[in-house]
Amino acid sequence: MPLLEVENLVVDLPVSSGTLHAVNGISFNLERGETLAIVGESGSGKSMTSLAVMNLLPKRANRRANRLVFDGIDLANAPNARMRTLRGSRLAMIFQEPMTSLNPSYTIGNQLTEALRCHRSVPIASARDRAVQLLEKVGIPGAARRLGQYPHQLSGGLRQRVMIAMALMCGPDLIIADEPTTALDVTIQAQILHLLADLKREFGMAMILISHDLGVVARVADKVAVMYAGQVVESGAARSLFGTPRHPYTRGLLNCIPVPGRTTPGAPLGAIPGQLPSLIGPQRGCAFRERCAFAAPECAGDIAFITAEPGHDVRCVRLGALGMAA
Amino acid sequence: MLSFTSQRLLVAFSVALTVSIVAFVLLHLSGDLATAIAGPEATVAQVAEIRHQFGLDRPITAQYFDWLWHALHFDFGNSFYYRDTVVSLVVSRLPVTLTLGAISLALSLVVAVPLGVLAAVYSDTIIDRLALGFCVLGQAVPTFCLGLVLIIVFAVQLRWLPVSGTASWKNYILPSIALGWYAVPAVMRLSRNGMLEVLSSDYIRTARAKGLQPSVVILKHALRNAIIPVVALAAVQFGFMLGGSIVIEAVFNMQGLGYLAWEAIARNDFPVVQAVVLILAVIYVALTFLADVANAFLDPRIRLA
Repeated sequence: MPLLEVENLVVDLPVSSGTLHAVNGISFNLERGETLAIVGESGSGKSMTSLAVMNLLPKRANRRANRLVFDGIDLANAPNARMRTLRGSRLAMIFQEPMTSLNPSYTIGNQLTEALRCHRSVPIASARDRAVQLLEKVGIPGAARRLGQYPHQLSGGLRQRVMIAMALMCGPDLIIADEPTTALDVTIQAQILHLLADLKREFGMAMILISHDLGVVARVADKVAVMYAGQVVESGAARSLFGTPRHPYTRGLLNCIPVPGRTTPGAPLGAIPGQLPSLIGPQRGCAFRERCAFAAPECAGDIAFITAEPGHDVRCVRLGALGMAA
Repeated sequence: MLSFTSQRLLVAFSVALTVSIVAFVLLHLSGDLATAIAGPEATVAQVAEIRHQFGLDRPITAQYFDWLWHALHFDFGNSFYYRDTVVSLVVSRLPVTLTLGAISLALSLVVAVPLGVLAAVYSDTIIDRLALGFCVLGQAVPTFCLGLVLIIVFAVQLRWLPVSGTASWKNYILPSIALGWYAVPAVMRLSRNGMLEVLSSDYIRTARAKGLQPSVVILKHALRNAIIPVVALAAVQFGFMLGGSIVIEAVFNMQGLGYLAWEAIARNDFPVVQAVVLILAVIYVALTFLADVANAFLDPRIRLA
């Protein structure tokens, strides 16, 4: 049984001009200890997907799913009280903005020990011991001293390490990292990413890594789902997907990244013309067709997933014509 | 923290000094004090005599420094009307006004802050609308009007509470409601807006992601940050209340500082007017200073900067 099963997840947001279809029927499975990367540009619905799993969506959002099951627990119909016992305890999340994700009024120690003391009634002393131990694990020097410090006394990289330690406090089964490195310096990004990968292995957690950065994803993911305009357009094992990207969007994305040795020096980098379509109003057909160089009339109809290789699915009706079908 | 406090203290001291100059000069600009003291039937010679007697023929700076020097020694001279020193008059009246102000402030905070929090947590629902409606009503009804309505309903008709005076704690209930009412809308709006802003912040999402109880998220994580500007506003409102109590003390016939000021203005009792203005201003400055210190206590970014 997979740790997390998501089938046909939909997230709608009512806006003044209609309904915004932020997530438009996506499905994926995640096994224990596995890392799934969800990749896509801003507005593709990847953050909404992670918030939907945590049930932390904005109040006005509507969430529906055929299946949203975590370790046999039906999250789609779980009451708020049940969700609270899972959040922070078995499901943990790391956010994109380390500068603003910590409460400025409380010490690091207070905020670290809080979740542990809320979910398991442990004495304050052992909660602090665990906090020190985890701060050392995430590579924060002088961990014991840090417990008494406030967020504004720490740099962005340190704060993100604190956020990671905070997510680990209860030993979660699944950790969702939503763009954990985006707000950080490039040199810190690699450190945080390696740290996450090491911790995941050490603690045997599953991880959903949300990112717009394919380079980041390629290094740590087991599986990749590429999202575009609220839909998964291609998903598969990282090796297969990066080895043979099949969907025109995925190929376009990969073309945007310079590769030393392969990209001709001085040649312009690839870019995808156009922009994301409006997600307001009914959505039908391939969302990418307006930007796609290979678009044909049938792209406006309903599109099913085609299995290109076992475990590697592509949502494109033109695969055969492009010579990309299995 | 120490440098922050001393810096604020210096600011408070300068403001108090400025206010003392303004209070002194304004009174001297409002007309010829000697003529006013002597009364309408006095001859020119009598006015001149009074001017000399009260030292009003000296340069104004000399008069000011003389007044300030004595004021710093808690000597504001004698009342023209009451045969008593200004200080003993003020000391006998101040407790009434401070009690009234403190109860009013406490009442308005106890009503306004929870109401603001509720309105923010249940924003755009009927609870929010009702709280906002209550606010508009609070702003629309003048203090003296509410005071009179309270007297008619609770004192005259129902006979639950006394009409006027300061004999027992029961006398303070109606005037405190009337005076505190005035501060409720501003405090409520600030609490609501502060809470709305904080509730949509990233660290509240973090707190929710930890699986904390909604009460912990709202009271520990949100309110602590949303309350910081409310503390400063409360101090300002307390100052307004001390000033505004002039009306309420008149309506409820309470022998407080406001009532004394009202009498003194009506009777050209200048030393009393000057003293009351200065004392209210100094209290106001002290409150602002205390609010700054309280904010530093609440916000580690100020405290540890």
